[in-house]
Amino acid sequence: MIEWALAIAQTLLFVTAAPLLAGWIKCCRCHLQNRAAPMVWQPYRDLARLFGKNVVVADTTSWLFRLAPYVVFGAAVLAASVVPLIATHLPTNAIADVIVLVGFFALARFVQALAALDAGTAFGGMGASREMTVASLAEPAMLLVVFTFSVTANTTNLSTAIDHILASGLVLRPSFIFIAVALLMVAVAETGRVPVDNPATHLELTMLHEAMILEYGGRHLALVEWAGQIKLMLYGVLFIDLFVPWGIASQLSWAAAGTGLVAVAAKLALLGLVLAVSETLVAKMRLFRVPGYLGFAFLLGLLGMLSHVILEVG
Amino acid sequence: MTLALLAPLLAMASALAGALAPRDAPAGRLLVFALLGLSGLASIAAGVLALAGDGSLYARLPLGLPWLEWHLRLDGLSGFFLALIGAVLVPVSLFGPGYTRAFAHGPSHPAVLHLFTGLFVAGMQLVVLADDAFVFMVAWEIMSLASYFLVAFEHQHAANRRAAFLYLLMAQVGALAILLGFGVLSGLSGAFSFDAMRASYQGTGWANVAFALALAGFGMKAGLMPMHAWLPEAHPAAPSHISALMSGVMLKIAVYGFVRFAFDLLSQPHWGWGVATLIIGSVSALLGVLYALMQHDLKRLLAYHSVENIGIIFIGLGLSLLFGASGAPSLAALGLVAALYHTLNHALFKTLLFFGAGAILHSTHERDMEHMGGLIHRMPTTALCFLIGCISISALPPFNGFVSEWLTFQAFLQVSFLESGALRAMLPFAAAMLALTGALAAACFVKVFGVVFLGLPRSRHVRHAREVDAGMRAGQILLAASCLVFGVLPTFVIDAIAPVTRALLGGELANATASGWLWLTPVSPQVASYSAPLVLAGIALAGLAISITRHHQRRIHPVRRSPPWDCGFGALGARMQYTATAFAMPIRRIFQPVWHVREATVRNAAQAAGDNERAVTVRHTLHIDDRAWDLFYEPFARGIQWTARQAARLQTGRIRTYLAHSFITLLVLLWVVT
Amino acid sequence: MHALDALPLYDQAILVMAALVLFSAFALLGQSRMFSLITVFAWQGALLAITSALVAFSTGQHHLYISAALTLALKAILIPWMLTRMVTHLGVRQEAEALGRPALVLLAGAALVVFSYYVSLPIVHLSTLVTRNTIGISLAIVLLSMLLMITRRQAMSQVVGFMAIENGLFFAAVASTAGMPMIVELGIAFDVLVAAVLFGVFFLHLRDTIDSLDVDRLNRLNEDVD
Repeated sequence: MIEWALAIAQTLLFVTAAPLLAGWIKCCRCHLQNRAAPMVWQPYRDLARLFGKNVVVADTTSWLFRLAPYVVFGAAVLAASVVPLIATHLPTNAIADVIVLVGFFALARFVQALAALDAGTAFGGMGASREMTVASLAEPAMLLVVFTFSVTANTTNLSTAIDHILASGLVLRPSFIFIAVALLMVAVAETGRVPVDNPATHLELTMLHEAMILEYGGRHLALVEWAGQIKLMLYGVLFIDLFVPWGIASQLSWAAAGTGLVAVAAKLALLGLVLAVSETLVAKMRLFRVPGYLGFAFLLGLLGMLSHVILEVG
Repeated sequence: MTLALLAPLLAMASALAGALAPRDAPAGRLLVFALLGLSGLASIAAGVLALAGDGSLYARLPLGLPWLEWHLRLDGLSGFFLALIGAVLVPVSLFGPGYTRAFAHGPSHPAVLHLFTGLFVAGMQLVVLADDAFVFMVAWEIMSLASYFLVAFEHQHAANRRAAFLYLLMAQVGALAILLGFGVLSGLSGAFSFDAMRASYQGTGWANVAFALALAGFGMKAGLMPMHAWLPEAHPAAPSHISALMSGVMLKIAVYGFVRFAFDLLSQPHWGWGVATLIIGSVSALLGVLYALMQHDLKRLLAYHSVENIGIIFIGLGLSLLFGASGAPSLAALGLVAALYHTLNHALFKTLLFFGAGAILHSTHERDMEHMGGLIHRMPTTALCFLIGCISISALPPFNGFVSEWLTFQAFLQVSFLESGALRAMLPFAAAMLALTGALAAACFVKVFGVVFLGLPRSRHVRHAREVDAGMRAGQILLAASCLVFGVLPTFVIDAIAPVTRALLGGELANATASGWLWLTPVSPQVASYSAPLVLAGIALAGLAISITRHHQRRIHPVRRSPPWDCGFGALGARMQYTATAFAMPIRRIFQPVWHVREATVRNAAQAAGDNERAVTVRHTLHIDDRAWDLFYEPFARGIQWTARQAARLQTGRIRTYLAHSFITLLVLLWVVT
Repeated sequence: MHALDALPLYDQAILVMAALVLFSAFALLGQSRMFSLITVFAWQGALLAITSALVAFSTGQHHLYISAALTLALKAILIPWMLTRMVTHLGVRQEAEALGRPALVLLAGAALVVFSYYVSLPIVHLSTLVTRNTIGISLAIVLLSMLLMITRRQAMSQVVGFMAIENGLFFAAVASTAGMPMIVELGIAFDVLVAAVLFGVFFLHLRDTIDSLDVDRLNRLNEDVD
């Protein structure tokens, strides 16, 4: 019983902490660019503001447009409930299959792209077209990361994989170095950060993800934005779980949970800082250079897999 | 067994009823499809009973040649495919009457349509029941010829006639290859029956030849690259419920034939067969989806997606052969289960998608996506069912497409059991190509659903479309529901398929349902687990929570409707939306070498329309062709013509030369005899 | 998997270095500007020096420390400096034409890696050293450098490719067989240095003769030009 309570508490923590991570990244970016930063909890105020507004919906849209934000947010929350944040061996972790996780993201993106086309505007079509293209190119790289990881840990379940990594101690795996970098590159592409997409842009013709949600307002926009923040945190937690899981709670005790919380918070803060630094140093690429970027991620994944086959297996 | 024999008999009765029914009698149409539906129910019943039981049922009919009577057999594999045929036939029998009403007053007599539909179905059912090569080929030819007449049903259009001819040609070439394959096996065993072939000793050389012939022949019928050219021509030409039957069932009969030949009749698989099947499957899948992305004819697009999904099925079969040859029967069972499950899923959602296309064609007389739009408002039920079909084919949870792709990926992940390092290095590349295929398919179906159903209508007929009648809606709803059911209850399906893998491979997924009916754990619970019912429950829970909050919110902050955002430029029209071609443009630019693209923009500066104005007309044309024609079919055709020209040298027209031919032949024969 | 976990940390580090050197070989394939090509080549030299030092520490052969220092001085500092001077002096900052289909070249590179792994399997089974898996990687680096020479038109890129081949052979010697005799080591190092100097002189003459450093234009030296 207590495991279920912990699982629900972890999910709630995940969902409520996601805007904080987004705020932290924005804060770091502003400081690096020598601008005055907003408060770290500004995203919470934005969400509260949006939830309090009336909703205006385009008259060309159908029920799909109004349903989509709920589907996207629901998929994000479902994914957040299965990924181990503070503790492993929770009852929800049995569904924590990495391929199923990728499937959830794909479902959310599918419905989101359809909602973009629903309004019958050119911006929606453009956003949907670009987003689906970038997502298709990121899939092979993501799969190679999952593949290389799974043949090493002999499982696709996140919880079991964390146990395996913790049990083998500090091992320098060449394949893991490659796929860690590949995962970071794919995460940047999938969450729509610089250099693939600029989340703070106002120029419609440069948008990928933002163009899809241009028509949304009020609570719909709040749900979509929140889902985006949860997705960013999800990729960060995925990276931490796969490559640096030390500190996560394997038993259910207050001390272990506390250690896990502090560990994951510190690692996420560090990852957020790294993302902010890379966003400041690198410029956004034009759309037709993204295939080269994702091809490089694919190459890294391929090298990781080849290193595993050649170097790591007896 | 009598139930299984009843199914083709009912189909033939349906054909007879169709042939005799007058043109515009609705009762005749209903009778035809009712008999077809009963045939479907009989198939499902027989198939399920065969899967539940453990042995095989035999029958021998005194038809055929005097010394070679018909052997028929119903075992697990036949039962599975028989149930699959039935599962598609029942919705077709619901969809058919409404759809074929339009043909009652057309240029071709509908009796032809109903007659050959019944024969087509009967042929397919007999192929599945066949236990010797003779019955198999007879039933196969019945199936091919009946479907030729169905494809050529609307023969007033030259394009349909060409498509039908191409289809017939390729069907016959494929049948020839299959016949030669059976010939090799019967030569080795000395008899035509499958029992004799199974028991015969097959040396490696002849087994390779037989396998290659089977792959070529069954692959041509299934639509593997590069032998797929007939698919995108024939499917749009046929009436939509026939396209659904062809794509949903006939391609699966080809898969059945391949499975029967390679897994059952050939005794010892070789790892090279697995690699060849895997490579051909991967190439078909990736190129199929890339070609589909560029189509704007709805039925052609769906036909190319059939090529893609058949590729995915053959990837699973290739993995199964590979693992079987490496001595891992339970992993081979995993590959085979993934392939068979995907076969069932594809039959269901492809039929659903073709029904949607048929409903749209029936309502709007449009096949081109660029003229559609906004149909979700005019045809809500069709739109919802089509959406479920789109989500299923894009392999998204919790529907059925996701389960079979997940199983295929799990089969790939067991690659560390192979000893060959080179294979272990190359197989993940194929898995990455499969992932790319799945993602591109999702992009394609966003395009399809978005351009066809969402947005603003782009032509007059579409603006005034009406929802189709109850029968057509019922067929679609039934299929959509079954997509959900087969996605949420995978453990039952896998338990049902277990006797098939046991019989063919000697292994099964022992741990597949080890943790109960909720969890699907193909290898073991620690390696991978998926619980579709829990995912659905999670989605339902989230949906419930959301609808409660939404209900509360809607009272406080109501929804207001207004025109969409137009940057202040004024009224948006239907032509300002993204077209299907525009949606696929980034992918076209990225993967350019794959297609044969001819793009031209011609600007004509017309006369000055006023003092400072000049009217300019810009004409942009874009043709995208299948490269297989240039690379494979044209050289092949040229080679055949060259050979024919060389052979024509024999025809000199002079009497003395012909006498000389006979003379030399006589000499050679005399020499050979001594 | 299990094999990797059993190795001590320094041997794992050697395997990581092998993977990084392989990555640098791929990185060489992907550069189109001369200066970045030479920079990657310098990094490859530095990685080799680190590998040498690690092998020296792991197996206790102290002469490999000298080898590491020599590699660092020569391949990571001196030769790149000379090449940079040559590039500035000759004025060839970039490939005249962009890489033809970089995706295809990189995929060919991946295929070469699989091929060299397949080819080196019998040798791997003979060796008894724990880091014997790196033989396949070394062969792959040699083949990738040859691919670099084939797919480039600028003569300067070909020099870098040639040097990279030697890097691959050096890596094979160090990681798979724990070092060559010192005499051989010194001999090869000075040979490479002389080769770099000779290349410089040769390119000067080449540029004066055909006015460009595009090797495809060498066919202008053919007599029967109409």
